Amino acid sequence: MKILFELFLAFFKTGLFTFGGGYAMLPLIERICVREKHWLTEEEMTDLPAVAESSPGPVAINCATYVGYKQKGIAGAVAATFGMVVPSFIIILVISFFLDRFLENKWVAGAFYGIKIAVGILIIDAAVKLFSKLPKKALTITTGAVSFLLMMAVNIFALRITSIVFMLFAAAAGFIIYLVNRKRKGGNEA
Amino acid sequence: MIYLKLFLEFLKIGAFTFGGGYAAIPLIRETVLMNGWMDDAMLSDMIAVSESTPGPVMVNMATYIGSTRGGIIGAVIATLAVVLPSFIFVLLLIKILKKALNYEGFNSALGTLKPCIAGIILATGVFMALNNIIGSVQSPVFDYKTLILTAVLAAVYFGSKKILKNGMSPIILIIISGAAGILIRM
Repeated sequence: MKILFELFLAFFKTGLFTFGGGYAMLPLIERICVREKHWLTEEEMTDLPAVAESSPGPVAINCATYVGYKQKGIAGAVAATFGMVVPSFIIILVISFFLDRFLENKWVAGAFYGIKIAVGILIIDAAVKLFSKLPKKALTITTGAVSFLLMMAVNIFALRITSIVFMLFAAAAGFIIYLVNRKRKGGNEA
Repeated sequence: MIYLKLFLEFLKIGAFTFGGGYAAIPLIRETVLMNGWMDDAMLSDMIAVSESTPGPVMVNMATYIGSTRGGIIGAVIATLAVVLPSFIFVLLLIKILKKALNYEGFNSALGTLKPCIAGIILATGVFMALNNIIGSVQSPVFDYKTLILTAVLAAVYFGSKKILKNGMSPIILIIISGAAGILIRM
């Protein structure tokens, strides 16, 4: 029981004190889980971003579930994930009740006019960061460029196509390329 | 049935987002526009709030939309739904972790999925920035003040990466932009 509470508390703290989402939490998670509590080895900690990137959903939740499960199975995973979600949930719930009225204030509306511009820049920056981490191969660059153009067309013409379709196509193409390469290699060996 | 709708939409968003909060924005935008839950201006406000409050950005956005659409119960349902796919997938991944991360077919699929996601996010960011400047693509009204402010803020933000090791934090950019917005609109 004690370990469940500790897991809850550790991720509650992480969720409460980090801004900017999952990747920004990794340093704090490392400090608590590797150096203070010894829940993870250094090697498991280096696996963590890979796990988070290969799994769908919020990066922070991926991390909490992973660490919680390693410590105490499903119950540990639930305790850690719950701890991560609770601070966010309460803060946003309170804000959501007041934001509309808050925005009627002239000063606040002015501030949000500026912040709207910042949001656009931050989203572009997130995409640029993602691109810069990828290998500079023809296939990667082409896939990125084609996806960008298709999505721009969807936005500009307000088409009712979900971006999930593009993602499924891209993942399927990657898998097919793998199958073709394997077959070719197999053929060469034979 | 708003609760069921919230649950299914956020389950979808949780299941098809790889790489955290910003990667969820294209899907969240589609969802709120198609359901008529928000327009682009409200969406920007919400993203700004989610980004400048602590915690996972996707959880913040799910809680916010859930709450404005379906009160406290809506917030609980949307938050639960956005977390659920991640939770289940990681549990499965741990069981087969080393094998999955080393399986070439899985990595090959991720190898094309990641640039696709980056392209989708870039298009969403560019389109939202464009929307700020010209209002809407359908009936554009050119707003040169916003264009100048966008150029200045982008130069400051991306320029800070050349000077500071990690660049300027998003929260600092949000604070500066907010101050600039007040100055221009007053």
